[in-house]
Amino acid sequence: MNTEVKIAGVMFKNPVMTASGTFGSGMEYSEFVDLNRLGAVVTKGVANVPWPGNPTPRVAETYGGMLNAIGLQNPGVDVFLERDIPFLQQFDTKIIVNVCGKTVEDYLEVVERLGDAKIDMMEINVSCPNVKEGAIAFGQKAEALYQITQAVKRKAKQPVIMKLSPNVTDITEMAKAAEAGGADCISLINTLTGMKINVEKRCFLLANKTGGLSGPAIKPVAVRMVYQAAHAVKIPVIGMGGIMTAEDALEFILAGASAVAVGAANFINPYATVEIIKGIEAYMERHQIEKLSDLIDAVRE
Amino acid sequence: MLSKKKEKVRVLSTAKLADDIYEMWLATDMAQEKGAGHFIAVYPKNKTMLLPRPISICERDAEKGALRIVYRIAGAGTKEFSTYQKGDTAEILGVLGNGYPLKEAEGNTALLMGGGIGIPPLLELAKELKDCKKYIVLGYRDAKLFLKEDLEKYGEVYIATEDGSVGTKGNVLDAVNENKIKADLIYSCGPMPMLRAIKKYAAEKQIPAWISLEERMACGVGACLGCVCKTVKEDAHSHVNNARICTDGPVFLAEDVDI
Repeated sequence: MNTEVKIAGVMFKNPVMTASGTFGSGMEYSEFVDLNRLGAVVTKGVANVPWPGNPTPRVAETYGGMLNAIGLQNPGVDVFLERDIPFLQQFDTKIIVNVCGKTVEDYLEVVERLGDAKIDMMEINVSCPNVKEGAIAFGQKAEALYQITQAVKRKAKQPVIMKLSPNVTDITEMAKAAEAGGADCISLINTLTGMKINVEKRCFLLANKTGGLSGPAIKPVAVRMVYQAAHAVKIPVIGMGGIMTAEDALEFILAGASAVAVGAANFINPYATVEIIKGIEAYMERHQIEKLSDLIDAVRE
Repeated sequence: MLSKKKEKVRVLSTAKLADDIYEMWLATDMAQEKGAGHFIAVYPKNKTMLLPRPISICERDAEKGALRIVYRIAGAGTKEFSTYQKGDTAEILGVLGNGYPLKEAEGNTALLMGGGIGIPPLLELAKELKDCKKYIVLGYRDAKLFLKEDLEKYGEVYIATEDGSVGTKGNVLDAVNENKIKADLIYSCGPMPMLRAIKKYAAEKQIPAWISLEERMACGVGACLGCVCKTVKEDAHSHVNNARICTDGPVFLAEDVDI
């Protein structure tokens, strides 16, 4: 059985990655799972300088999901290069660094600083709904997305994944803009912008008022968008959004994703990533699938 | 280094202690780990509720392999827990957090102050504090006290109630003043206004106070950065004066946090 998948020339031992922001740089969850088992660790977003993030409360539970408005708290690229990358290099897994910024220059500075780092890919976060400047501002207009993708690609030494927002009118237009800008891959979906109000206290649950909705509640939306995006572009797609089980992961793969990322599920079950990998292997055995890549986009019309 | 794990455990016993306050003893070898100020997180079985609920360890019996949690019904998740019966299973994540330092109290007089549902972690703390004089001041809303008898085994207990029905009318610091309690160090857990007042009190008396903070959490293990608090010094993780309550805390030295 071969679970390998190749994306932009990078070979992953299996298609299961972690979703940025839910797994730190792997340290915390290495107490629960063997990081060597993972296809890749996708890190928490890192900026050119430390970001303090938003006021608390930053998280709220919703029916079958959760809202977060962390606001991309991160130590900045210097600490990240000194501490997080060497930590991840101890493991036999691919390293994908998520990059965030307020301006194009911010993004490019991080991309440049990561140029000589031993990382396998970069994921450009143009879809975080929780920061006022940057991030999603680049991910909601096709022209802006095209421009930043092109700028990043000119500087990047590693293959580039553009992480797309679902908070758009037409996901295929955004997928095409990223592809036209030279992206090697796209990943989706980031969280859906949401809100929760405490009716007894008549207040917002999140200090930021709005937050990004994730968890199993968003999965059908994510599968639909991954299907649409995967059929709109030729570059590979990494699918995510509410994946809790191997079956969920396989839905995304059958819809056209070459790989998948597990996010909020880590909070609900810290062993989720490895259990999903085992579940995919069991599925392949049950269905006598030799190569995982045969399952990509293999849903029958 | 504590080992963290998620496991399905057996409920050994349950009881209602006061209005909306329940206890549960759980069979787990997590009881052999440290307890004072640490917490576990309990997952609701109703899968529309995804996130584990952080609940402090009230008491542990290492020999029996049993943990006691005492919690207040604060929403649908804790409401579900309150329906669990002996023999049921519960899913927990633990042992989490950084607890109260114990050594500092040796040879000194310690003042333990708990308010409302901040009282439970003081029990394990009072049990684990050795070779020190212990004053334990508990703040309740009214005469529906809980854990008072348990705590009386480990120190001199004083009560404050908001309605004045038992002990001092007022808060825990009112009881401290009324009873002229003097201490070398403070340990506390309770609502934020109380912790702010204790921070101020400790600064005035120039004694250290360790306080246990609470915030809405998602992962509970330091990955998501959901439950941060402002710190005076740069935090070790993000270097932005935002410490993670679930892993750097929940217990902090009061002077180190900006509350």
